[in-house]
Amino acid sequence: MDIIVCIKQVPDTSEVKIDPVTKTLIREGVPSIINPEDKNALEEAIRIKEKYGGKVTVITMGPQQAEEALREALAMGADEAYLLSDKAFAGADTCATAKTLATMIKKLEYDLVFCGRQAIDGDTAQVGPQLAEQLGIPQVTYVKEIKIEGDSLIVKRILEDGYEVIKVKMPVLLTATKELNTPRYPSIKGIFEAYREKEVKIVTASELGIDPQEVGLKGSPTRVIATTTPETERAGEIFTGNVKECVQNLVQRLVEKHLI
Amino acid sequence: MSEYKDIWVFVEQREQKLMNVSLEILGEARRLADKKGVKACAVLVGYEVKGLAEELIKYGADVVYVIDHLLLKNYTTDAYTKVICDLANSLKPEVILYGATYVGRDLAPRIAARMRTGLTADCTALDIDENGLLLQIRPAFGGNLIATIICPERRPQMATIRPGVMKKALIDEGRRGEVIEIKPVIEEKDIRTEIISIIKEARQKVNLEEADIIVSGGRGVGGPEGFKLIEELAEVLGGVVGASRAAVEAGWISSDHQVGQTGKTVRPKLYIACGISGAIQHIAGMGGAKTIVAINKNPDAPIFKIADYGIVGDLFKVIPALIEEIKEAKKKAMA
Repeated sequence: MDIIVCIKQVPDTSEVKIDPVTKTLIREGVPSIINPEDKNALEEAIRIKEKYGGKVTVITMGPQQAEEALREALAMGADEAYLLSDKAFAGADTCATAKTLATMIKKLEYDLVFCGRQAIDGDTAQVGPQLAEQLGIPQVTYVKEIKIEGDSLIVKRILEDGYEVIKVKMPVLLTATKELNTPRYPSIKGIFEAYREKEVKIVTASELGIDPQEVGLKGSPTRVIATTTPETERAGEIFTGNVKECVQNLVQRLVEKHLI
Repeated sequence: MSEYKDIWVFVEQREQKLMNVSLEILGEARRLADKKGVKACAVLVGYEVKGLAEELIKYGADVVYVIDHLLLKNYTTDAYTKVICDLANSLKPEVILYGATYVGRDLAPRIAARMRTGLTADCTALDIDENGLLLQIRPAFGGNLIATIICPERRPQMATIRPGVMKKALIDEGRRGEVIEIKPVIEEKDIRTEIISIIKEARQKVNLEEADIIVSGGRGVGGPEGFKLIEELAEVLGGVVGASRAAVEAGWISSDHQVGQTGKTVRPKLYIACGISGAIQHIAGMGGAKTIVAINKNPDAPIFKIADYGIVGDLFKVIPALIEEIKEAKKKAMA
């Protein structure tokens, strides 16, 4: 079984700070991690390989430093890694990202393609389905359980009020949720192999053979035209001191507003 | 591009019942269509769903396209993508809006890729700019930033819309519109996934989106026992229990209680935040509450900046006193 896992290196959003003047992210000092649900995707791929044999290939599109994320994936148990890195890829929206990933994946053999459900920096959940369409294969999103039956999969897909059980033939693209598994920590041996024995292949736009007009900012149908910080301040009345008095004041206000 | 006109809403129904989010988006589509001077159209997909068309007209649709077929009874990516792309390719809408549900977020990106157009996920506001372009507004980076996104050169302009943020139009029983039945071209072989079963999970439904009063707990609640106190306060107020991401991730309460950018968006009449510092990710989900009360021992907690009323103090002392005081007030009101 040949499995491809698409991962993204993201800033740990719980640590993100915004520059109040420029309204942009302060990336300095913010740790980068493998997007959490991409790790669930990777874990599942490695488990399937361990059970059925085959190969796990991880792919990411990003700057040079995204190599760290691929090394971590190799340490967890992936076999091969590709870093799609080129200035031409910068500023890509989900559509251009899917196009770039699809161009790489079409060069490889695969039975299964995994993505995480969504990345914590963008929260879009769009690249998976857009990639599946570009590859011309079916998709199942929001996957929480997978069983393999011959050349088909039986997967549970989460819905608002339960889940559905879907049968689908491979090749197929799945997006993983955190319900799917608990990702492993790399072993010492795994870390050693990831840095000493395994290779991260860096692929540029020309090596990919892709038209620079179709990737990055130029290949993106959408444009971000403004970013702002949310403004929600209210002139509130804050009570301090004696608990009894505070509570009486508050309840009086709520009664006046007919909220109690 | 001028051949593209009208604003479409993909209407989601499950078991022949309209999803609330579709009516919310229809209300917004109505507003945008009036601003642009075009039609708001509903695209209703399913099996034996024609009966729902009238309701969509009453909620603001000028035209309802009904795509009815046995193979469309349950949602599948392949079938729904095909019939909607076929219709959009022939009628050329300028905008298509979808609910950001487990269905909408599966379908819309697939359609966007097939039609080679842009898509913005999980919008919390929409507008039309001076050039008639759709402004798609959404939080990014865990709600730390609000981004405005456009799709200038491709059509249709598409976005998924977060449930609970748009307002349904008031129902207008006298409204008239057109119902157009579309005969879809769809065969079994077009559908590569097979639904074996749909399982409803009998978990207690937490209806945060429709609650008038929400009492939420965060990291300051300290553990699952602390949430008993939150529940008690919610109960005397006739409210529902919410939680911050920190409390959910700590495993103190289930994720269906989560309010915030990655949880639910709520706009109750009264929101009481207990032991919640007020990370932007949380505020993204509850900033629209009519009255916000914050209880926190840290006077510098950002939650106080957005609160109408605040008590600086230990919630384990404040909440029991508050419960007593509310009971007293209710007794007085009864007398």
